[in-house]
Amino acid sequence: MLKIKNLHANIDGKSILKGINLEINPGEVHAIMGPNGAGKSTLASIIAGKEDYEVTEGNITLENEDIEELAAEERAHKGVFLSFQYPVEIPGVSVTNFIKTAINETRKAKGLENMPANVMLKMIKEKAELLEIDRKFLSRSLNEGFSGGEKKRNEIFQMAMLEPKLAILDETDSGLDIDALRIVSNGVNKLKSKDNAVVVITHYQRLLDYIVPDFVHVLMDGKIVKSGDASLALELEKKGYDWIKEEVNA
Amino acid sequence: MKYTEDDLREELKTKEYEYGFYTDIESETFPIGLNEDIVRAISKKKNEPQWMTDWRLEAFKVWKNMTEPEWANVNYKKPDFQAIAYYSAPVAVDPNKTLDDVDPDLLAMYKKLGISVDEQKKMNNIAMDIVVDSVSVATTFKKTLGEKGIIFMPISEAIQEHPELVKKYLGTVVPTKDNFYAALNSAVFSDGSFCYIPKGVKCPMELSTYFRINQAGTGQFERTLVIADEGSYVSYLEGCTAPSRDENQLHAAVVELIALDDAEIKYSTVQNWYPGNAQGLGGVYNFVTKRGLCEKNAKISWTQVETGSAVTWKYPSCILKGDNSTGEFYSIAVTNNYQQADTGTKMIHLGKNTKSTIISKGISAGKSQNSYRGLVQINSRAENARNFSQCDSLLMGNDCGAHTFPYIEAKNKTAIIEHEATTSKIGEDQIFYCNQRGIDTEKAIALIVNGFSKDVLNKLPMEFAVEAQKLLEISLEGSVG
Repeated sequence: MLKIKNLHANIDGKSILKGINLEINPGEVHAIMGPNGAGKSTLASIIAGKEDYEVTEGNITLENEDIEELAAEERAHKGVFLSFQYPVEIPGVSVTNFIKTAINETRKAKGLENMPANVMLKMIKEKAELLEIDRKFLSRSLNEGFSGGEKKRNEIFQMAMLEPKLAILDETDSGLDIDALRIVSNGVNKLKSKDNAVVVITHYQRLLDYIVPDFVHVLMDGKIVKSGDASLALELEKKGYDWIKEEVNA
Repeated sequence: MKYTEDDLREELKTKEYEYGFYTDIESETFPIGLNEDIVRAISKKKNEPQWMTDWRLEAFKVWKNMTEPEWANVNYKKPDFQAIAYYSAPVAVDPNKTLDDVDPDLLAMYKKLGISVDEQKKMNNIAMDIVVDSVSVATTFKKTLGEKGIIFMPISEAIQEHPELVKKYLGTVVPTKDNFYAALNSAVFSDGSFCYIPKGVKCPMELSTYFRINQAGTGQFERTLVIADEGSYVSYLEGCTAPSRDENQLHAAVVELIALDDAEIKYSTVQNWYPGNAQGLGGVYNFVTKRGLCEKNAKISWTQVETGSAVTWKYPSCILKGDNSTGEFYSIAVTNNYQQADTGTKMIHLGKNTKSTIISKGISAGKSQNSYRGLVQINSRAENARNFSQCDSLLMGNDCGAHTFPYIEAKNKTAIIEHEATTSKIGEDQIFYCNQRGIDTEKAIALIVNGFSKDVLNKLPMEFAVEAQKLLEISLEGSVG
């Protein structure tokens, strides 16, 4: 589904990604781990189409289509979803209004009519229940005054509504207490299918107890230096990253 | 069953219409310049009674000795008042003109706003295909109002038909000597609306200038007088969301509202005069005086959406004379490119237990300057007066400006005055967040701006609110690169 080949990227002339290779197939869950500043969030932003970065080498394809030239919203229309590490506030725009706009803009891009209101309402109700979100929450201004947990739960709610092919969860576990972590992970697991893929970016093994990855990649200094199965995450949890650094340098 | 404006609109859709009150004016334009003879000639042309002529002449005398105000935070080349024609008949329909002759940009905008082909034609002086039986619609409308004793007609007709009402109230809220532009308007006003709601009557529909064909021709010096008698209610809509490319550069309107004991007036405006081009050339100067007087327990609520004009100078105000009276001001002012707006309100608390609320939302883009200027004045006898003001500014880009000039004068210790102000900027992070959810940048800005303006948009009548939302969207198009 997603293929990244030899991806190099800069921001303000500073090299952040130095040759990423990654292949993600439908039905897979990938975890990307690594120390702070390794380039994890940069990779997520570049896949989503943030323009601040300059891709200097390599390419990204989604379902065999080169997506580098596509604007962020066009990538979204093709099924790329990014759960933000720091979701932004939009005062005066309710959670419902925002998701309604997002869904209908995506449908419009595909040449479809707006989603009928009753279908939308039913879907909102269903997905809100899945993530244990109450009705009052849906009429609040997007992310304004939300707690860390509420923000993340809202991200996953949007993911549930948009039904993406590729969901990238950027540190969705940060700021979550154990109950919220369970609800969010449970939500993600229920949304998983053989047709979509999930990329989980995290510092900690904790989230991977709930969302079990098929592959774990370690990102260090702009490169994927080691890949493995779920056991790699456990090993990292126990031993930290230093041993990998030594391995790489050796 | 109540006959609402929606019903009427439904009828208008199916039937060709002429607006309710067409005044026949001989086609003729006066020489340019302003002197006593011109003032007399305007009055004569309109066949006005002597008292009206005298009133105009008095205003002209006052105006001659006044100077143009300079305190507003705007820069423009002052109009040459001797280079303007003060009376011109409405432009006749050009039989050879079709919509193909109209600026395609303008047509594109009409389309986005969902303006009917007939309305487009009317706004561009193009003959309509079918001219029919519109009389019935106008008649139904007039009949419904007539049954309730409501008077709604051009002020020129009201001067003829209801001189006692006009004479009693004209100039009582905005006196001729109030300010330079008000004096000028009093001397030369061309036409405008007059509305009277009798005691205890709730006007069953939104009154709108939309129904008047003269609107197009009266733009430059419009005069409006609305009187809500004791215990009555009226909601009045002014203006049009359609872009108006009026050739007159100077607009100086006066609006006076009188809410007698227990009455309520809700006055909503959408102003979309030509703002000039992207380089700041051309555009309308909009210098407007709007003020309302509240007697006991009365309420006046101003709601405005200002997106047009090159220069706006406008302060819809309330004089809270009666005890327990309430004044409200809800405003959205958008400036883009080189537009300049200096707008706000004055809340003058004279009576006891008077209350006022001010919510102002300024949106600046391009190289524009947007100022809020407001005065909250609590008189020494106004026991327990309350005011709440909130002024929010939203900036787009790095070349525009937002300014807030709140003045507070409290002469009574019991007053409670609150003022809140915020300034924010549409961030790239907000836009990227929306983009990532499939919302393109134009739509993202519209969404953010609508969210920002929500408190005010909610105060507009439903139909108007939808149009105003679209208008905000269009006004800010292309403002983020």
